[in-house]
Amino acid sequence: MKKTKSIALGMALTVGAFTATGAMAATTLENVKDKGHLQCGVTSGLPGFSQPDEEGNWTGIDVDTCRAVATAIFGDSKSVEFTPLTAKERFTALQSGEIDMLSRNTTWTLTRDASLGLNFAGVNYYDGQGFLINKGIGVDDATQLDGATICIQSGTTTELNLSDYFRAKGMEFKPIVFDTSEQTVQGFSAGRCDVLTSDRSQLAALRSKLADPSSAKILPNTISKEPLGPVVRQGDDQWFNIVKWVLSVQINAEELGVTSANVDDMLKSDNPNIQRLLGTEGDMGAKLGLQHDFGYEVIKHVGNYGEMYDRNVGPDTPLGLDRGLNALWTEGGIMYAPPVR
Amino acid sequence: MKKQTIDSRPAGPKPWYDPRVRSLFFQVVAITLVFWGGWTLVDNTLSNMESRGISTGFGFLEESAGFGIIMHLVPYDATMSYGRTFWVGLTNTLLVSAMGVVAATILGFVLGIARLSSNWLVAKISLAYIEVIRNIPLLLQIFFWYFAVLSNLPSPRQSVDVGGTLFLNNRGLYLPEPLTQDGFGLVWGGVLAAIAAVIGIRLWAKKRQLATGQIFPTFKVGVAILVLVPIISYLVAGRPLEWEIPALKGFNFGGGITIIPELAALWIALSLYTASFIAEIVRSGILSVSKGQTEASKALGLPHGLTLRLVVIPQAMRVIIPPLTSQYLNLVKNSSLATAIGYPDLVAVFMGTTLNQTGQAVEVVAMTMAVYLTISLLISLFMNIYNRAVAIKER
Repeated sequence: MKKTKSIALGMALTVGAFTATGAMAATTLENVKDKGHLQCGVTSGLPGFSQPDEEGNWTGIDVDTCRAVATAIFGDSKSVEFTPLTAKERFTALQSGEIDMLSRNTTWTLTRDASLGLNFAGVNYYDGQGFLINKGIGVDDATQLDGATICIQSGTTTELNLSDYFRAKGMEFKPIVFDTSEQTVQGFSAGRCDVLTSDRSQLAALRSKLADPSSAKILPNTISKEPLGPVVRQGDDQWFNIVKWVLSVQINAEELGVTSANVDDMLKSDNPNIQRLLGTEGDMGAKLGLQHDFGYEVIKHVGNYGEMYDRNVGPDTPLGLDRGLNALWTEGGIMYAPPVR
Repeated sequence: MKKQTIDSRPAGPKPWYDPRVRSLFFQVVAITLVFWGGWTLVDNTLSNMESRGISTGFGFLEESAGFGIIMHLVPYDATMSYGRTFWVGLTNTLLVSAMGVVAATILGFVLGIARLSSNWLVAKISLAYIEVIRNIPLLLQIFFWYFAVLSNLPSPRQSVDVGGTLFLNNRGLYLPEPLTQDGFGLVWGGVLAAIAAVIGIRLWAKKRQLATGQIFPTFKVGVAILVLVPIISYLVAGRPLEWEIPALKGFNFGGGITIIPELAALWIALSLYTASFIAEIVRSGILSVSKGQTEASKALGLPHGLTLRLVVIPQAMRVIIPPLTSQYLNLVKNSSLATAIGYPDLVAVFMGTTLNQTGQAVEVVAMTMAVYLTISLLISLFMNIYNRAVAIKER
């Protein structure tokens, strides 16, 4: 089944190559405006990042990143459609033009940036790889995992980090590689492996999916840097700028204390930074090819970065993740955006 | 004189009315179009990928892979190249396919013959098996064997222990591994000698039977030689074999041979599924042999088993072989469903992880498709050769 799908994607790439010359003539922004919606690639289901609810509405921090871009273009957070993708399919889908942007907890690495014809447009979540273990095996630290059987999801940087980590420590492991995160959890709960490894945010989400979440725990070790963020195709700098700056506007808004609740009052603010952000002064929107008040629309409909975080993965959600690295730079984290000016 | 004769012949049709010229012309046009289309496809893909900044070419096969694979028949570790992951995946695919073909064939023949049994119960059990198994999607069966069976096996610390040498748990089946010592060559020599002797005896027995009609118990004698000669040479050589017994260390068993549950689940599911189709093919083949053949054989006094073996099955094979080939091809292609349960076959390893780490979708997909095509064509080739050997020889 998966094979057919991948081949179909491979074919799509080839067919895309046939028609590319025509499609390249119009910019991504024009294409999106013509279609009337943004086509955004997300995970096929990861709580807190992108997951459809019972009515088919997508929620999550990656989903909100898409919605923010759609709002910046259309002034409406509903003008976006989502394409659920497995880790294996994601880059091909973006390369072939099947989606306009990819927001699928994807790690920014040199290889991906430089050899796939793609650009990372920022970081919407700073993550790191960790281990989820069954409490029964009596391990408190990743250095005790020599010889362990480990479940991983295929097509992720996780596979490489894991191998590097065990090699560096001179330990052995047995990898069981599954296609989707659901199968990975199933394999873990069926007892096929001692350990499940993934990004720490995902571990929290996957743990909440277990029949008995208290039977498993997350080890304290973080073995890698995983900056996750939205991705666009190379060769369309305007579109790259839009995605990059919509995220930056959200982070700046949090820093300036602009929220979806107070944004209307903030329109009257005397602070020139806020005026530029919301478009009451200057013409930041036109430089990106957007409306002058795109910042206002984004904050009004989607909210600032902090709101997006708290709503989807924050301490009050089932994931219950502290801000940690993702706190603003002014509050001890490393979330920092260049100024809107 | 000669010239005159030629001249006197009626002039042929104009070239554009000549059917031979016409058909040649259209064939040339068709071939040109196909090649032009193929070339455009390749050229467009390459130039568009270049303009989008996507790397192309097969240079990635030399790069270090950096990820682990649980099961490899060729030596592998994370420092080896992506090219090596291709061979790891390929050998794993070939292993499960070969195991599947053998098991499905044996089981399929047994079921197909059982389906025609005069014993009501045997026939109905076979019928029920065939109808149930071949009508459930294969992917579901793979999941069934993997998750349903796996979750019922104990964890490594509560392993099923058979005599302290063989262990079964949800990480797999652990068998002792034979380690050959110095002098084991003698045992191999014994095995070869035994095989040669059995072949010789068979030829001699057949000749004698044709000449005198006396039947020599080839089978019993053959088995005895095949068992006894290697054992004697083993003892003579001073038992040059040690067993590495798997032992629990840390999380799991180490040492010995491990059969991972992914392989077992995939093998069982593929064999059972394909066997149900082969059974029907075998049944149709046997039914295609006219009843008169069986009756004539019975009239000559051949017992039921010999009638099947010497009269019915050789004739049935002619009908069985072509569709049987298709089933083998299906089995090989279906083995790519391995990726659903994490068995590291070619699709999971090479078209999964390697494709993802390198992003070279076009090259990787093309290589994978070429492999399946090659395997399938080779199976077809060998089955066609075999088919020619068993087909009716018109004399």
